[in-house]
Amino acid sequence: MTDDVQEHELHAYVDGALPEARRLEVEAWLAAHPDDAARVLAWAGQNQSLHAAFDTVLNEPLPLNLVRATRRPVMPVAFVTMAAMLAMLVTGLVGYAIGLSSGGGQAPVAPAYLARDAAIAHAVFSPEARHPVEVDAAHAEHLVAWLSKRVGTQLQAPDFSAQGFALLGGRLLAGETGPVAQFMYQDPVERRVTLYVRRAVAGNRETSFRHASENGVDVFYWIDGDFGYALSGQIGRQTMQRLADAAYAQMVTANVNK
Amino acid sequence: MRTRPDLIEQIPRLRRYARALTGDVNRADDLVQDTLERALAKLDLWQPGSDLRAWLFTLMHNLFVNQIRLRRPQETVMEDALDVPVSGGQMEALAARDIHEALARLPEEQREVLLLVGLEQFGYAEAAQVLGVPPGTVMSRLSRARERMRQMLAGEPAIRLKVVK
Repeated sequence: MTDDVQEHELHAYVDGALPEARRLEVEAWLAAHPDDAARVLAWAGQNQSLHAAFDTVLNEPLPLNLVRATRRPVMPVAFVTMAAMLAMLVTGLVGYAIGLSSGGGQAPVAPAYLARDAAIAHAVFSPEARHPVEVDAAHAEHLVAWLSKRVGTQLQAPDFSAQGFALLGGRLLAGETGPVAQFMYQDPVERRVTLYVRRAVAGNRETSFRHASENGVDVFYWIDGDFGYALSGQIGRQTMQRLADAAYAQMVTANVNK
Repeated sequence: MRTRPDLIEQIPRLRRYARALTGDVNRADDLVQDTLERALAKLDLWQPGSDLRAWLFTLMHNLFVNQIRLRRPQETVMEDALDVPVSGGQMEALAARDIHEALARLPEEQREVLLLVGLEQFGYAEAAQVLGVPPGTVMSRLSRARERMRQMLAGEPAIRLKVVK
């Protein structure tokens, strides 16, 4: 048993909670007390096992119902402003919404949600230093094939090299209309933009460009056929517009060449 | 404009803790969702500048405890009863195949402390605050949790020998 070194100090040693001087003393104690050293080693191993078993959760796509749960009935000013802005966007789609609600059955996902969800996904993943993407650009071919398969259409990751942005990689997210692909790009000063692609509401053939500003994130989004695309970033509206134009132009070209 | 705390940023760690705590993906995400909803409802009570993460973990702890209480009202005083040193025969029953199983066998109070400190890297004082118990209780639960885990996961050779026929 421990005389000089207390049990709680052994734990504090494992948890890195001892002052440096005491840490060295405990270390010396452990060198002379193999039983305690074995216990301490086992405890440290438990911490490692816990991380090994559960750290992957940090990297999982965020379920959208959880993201939505952070914004539901809210009251503060910032949100009211955002809600008003969303309301304006939605108003523009009123005819479309009426058409859907009278149709019944299918849950409508208005394009405004596309912009919001894309902005949220951008805000969540673009600051990631260590795990911004699931599959990096070194495996671009696999990345595109994988996301295409999951999302259910032949995707292409637009080439933004002319605009100074290189593909960083991509990840799969969960969305209300099914799987969502997110491609991430980065410029030399590590500013990031993301392209968010998911199945849109059936029957919606809207193709015009729209712009939204969601909590400081600029989103350019459009619907093309059965899919909605949203480009998000915080690099200024004009730069975003140029990137969105480039993405759109490349997709149109690709479709024409099909 | 009043700045809102960024709850989204906290979701991954809340999910990690809930997953380890409940051992079940759906139960964990339900717990996270309940936590976020409660946080939204009580947002006025959160003091800007204070530790948002600790506050959210506190909310989650309270929800988790309520769930357990609803599930089995009579078992809430089990912790001390389980703390009796185990003999060789009991060791055999306690042997766990992996960290998931070992965690699941840990009394909830001990599991919470082990995870807050060992996985989520809360300080002892913070963990005490999250759980609403004195720091001394955190230390004693942590100590019991780690020893039980050690016995379940590898076992001390001397004890394990006893259970070998």
